[in-house]
Amino acid sequence: MSNDAAPGAAAAAAGLTGTRTSRAAEAAGRGFFNFSLGLLILAVLWWLGGYLIARNPETQSFSGFGLVQTLQSFPELWNQGKLQKAIAASMYRLGGGLGIAIAIGIPIGIIMGRSKRFRDLSNSAFQFLRMISPLSWMPIAVFVFAAWDDSIIFLIAIASVWPVMFSTAAGLAKVDPAWFKVARNLGATPVQMLTQIILPAISFDIFTGIRLALGVAWVVLVPAELLGVTSGLGYAIKDARETLSYDHLTAMVLTIGIIGYTLDTLCALLIKRFSWHRGDA
Amino acid sequence: MSIRGVNISIKGLGYRYSSRGNPTFSNLMLESPRGEALAIIGRSGCGKSTLLHIIAGLNRPTEGTMHFDDKKIEGPSSRWVMMFQAPHLFPWMKVSQNVGVGLGFAGWPEKEKAERVAEALKLVELSDYADTNVQDLSGGQQQRVALARSLVMEPELLLLDEPFSALDAFTRASLQRDVRSIAKRLGFNLIIVTHDIDEAVLMADRALIMAGAPGKIVHEFAVNLTDPRQRQDPAVQSMRARLMDAFHTAAQVAGAPAEEVAEEAGAESSSVSQHA
Ligand SMILES: Nc1ncnc2c1ncn2[C@@H]1O[C@H](COP(=O)(O)OP(=O)(O)OP(=O)(O)O)[C@@H](O)[C@H]1O
Ligand SMILES: [Mg+2]
Repeated sequence: MSNDAAPGAAAAAAGLTGTRTSRAAEAAGRGFFNFSLGLLILAVLWWLGGYLIARNPETQSFSGFGLVQTLQSFPELWNQGKLQKAIAASMYRLGGGLGIAIAIGIPIGIIMGRSKRFRDLSNSAFQFLRMISPLSWMPIAVFVFAAWDDSIIFLIAIASVWPVMFSTAAGLAKVDPAWFKVARNLGATPVQMLTQIILPAISFDIFTGIRLALGVAWVVLVPAELLGVTSGLGYAIKDARETLSYDHLTAMVLTIGIIGYTLDTLCALLIKRFSWHRGDA
Repeated sequence: MSIRGVNISIKGLGYRYSSRGNPTFSNLMLESPRGEALAIIGRSGCGKSTLLHIIAGLNRPTEGTMHFDDKKIEGPSSRWVMMFQAPHLFPWMKVSQNVGVGLGFAGWPEKEKAERVAEALKLVELSDYADTNVQDLSGGQQQRVALARSLVMEPELLLLDEPFSALDAFTRASLQRDVRSIAKRLGFNLIIVTHDIDEAVLMADRALIMAGAPGKIVHEFAVNLTDPRQRQDPAVQSMRARLMDAFHTAAQVAGAPAEEVAEEAGAESSSVSQHA
């Protein structure tokens, strides 16, 4: 540990000289180090599991699950165009569902935050709907929407609208009411109040809600794609299982992880970019 | 520079927070001529802030009328601006953006807006802080930004609700002096709500004493002093003592049994409105 951390220790020594930048650099360095180490441990465990499976004659046929085979299958999947197609189909559904959730969740969340009457009136209904497992809407969705794509988008929207809505409402409830008074006092119109006061004041909460919604949407997307459709990452997993190509299966699982992680990190960056709160660096 | 004050005329003003509760005040009269600096002093809870919110158009009175010059007041406007006890700055905006926010609401072009903001910042001695995050300012600096945010609108009437009570004595003294001199120079009206007798004496041309439940203006007091006013000046000191006496007398009257209060206060306030 002490050897690995040598650059960090140097940075720490620089930090003692009192410059803020070197301390920040040290923190960033340590962050990156931990990030890489965590992934490395995960990869080693995976490799070890694959190795044990491949060594045992009884489980040898599943050796495609191993780290090396999985990584080797990526170029093949890419050249066949399977990977791109699956990603495109899944992202289309994710984007559609999440877009609808945001378009509905933010306005309703704002009304909830602003009107106690609406909040009291809607609370029980929303809490009730929220607790219905999104996938249990599937048969109804299939019945209502002609296209499979549309029913999956509906499922994602209904799963991810709640975090956006409740986070927006909670953000607004925390806002200093004096800000509205000051803005009104300085002649803000209702539209200016919305765009220049309310939205910037709660952008942090809105993006936090979107980040949660993204997590939920991503979790719902894959099982939804196991049913009915013939495209997307969920379908690709099912297809790989049925054709016994375990390396492809794991490659798709890995892809799901990478995309989910990337989207989540993007959200975290957006939150940081739009946050005016002090001390949540 | 032209005079931008207003003649304020308030008649029969009443307000109650809930339809069943007692009125916070009722049948309140208040007249203030163009360019006057008026202080309203009174015990905590007598309705001073409520009155100020109504004058600013932020709350609707339950009875009575208000006219600025000949215009009936029915809502908020950037021509009469209120400054609150706390700065309430918008933390997602820089200092200059906070100051310019009202001009932005009014649709000012960027260039003119920037010029006026720079002027206002100079007035409160914060020119060097234009690009600073408001969360990095001291309490006194923040309150000066709030003052600039109000002044930049070049209002006809500036309403101040205990604006300096959270500040240290030095900052408070300099802001009291500055706000009065800016108001006098530009000619706008001031209405200052305060607990602080010193503040009333240092800033106002006239002080109204508010007391009782429901609240009434029970006494008025002319602060005839020349500018600039220094706290240690004997004339200021004796004015302060007289206002303090008047306040205690008025408060005693208001503290007497209910019927007596109504009588006394009624008599006093009618003398006030005759006078005005
Ligand atoms: N939002 C409200 N709802 C109901 N009653 C209120 C509300 N705000 C104030 N009151 C009541 O109205 C009365 C006057 O309050 P107000 O804030 O105007 O007093 P004040 O003179 O400004 O007091 P202070 O000097 O402490 O600021 C008080 O008795 C208070 O309890
Ligand atoms: Mg008050």
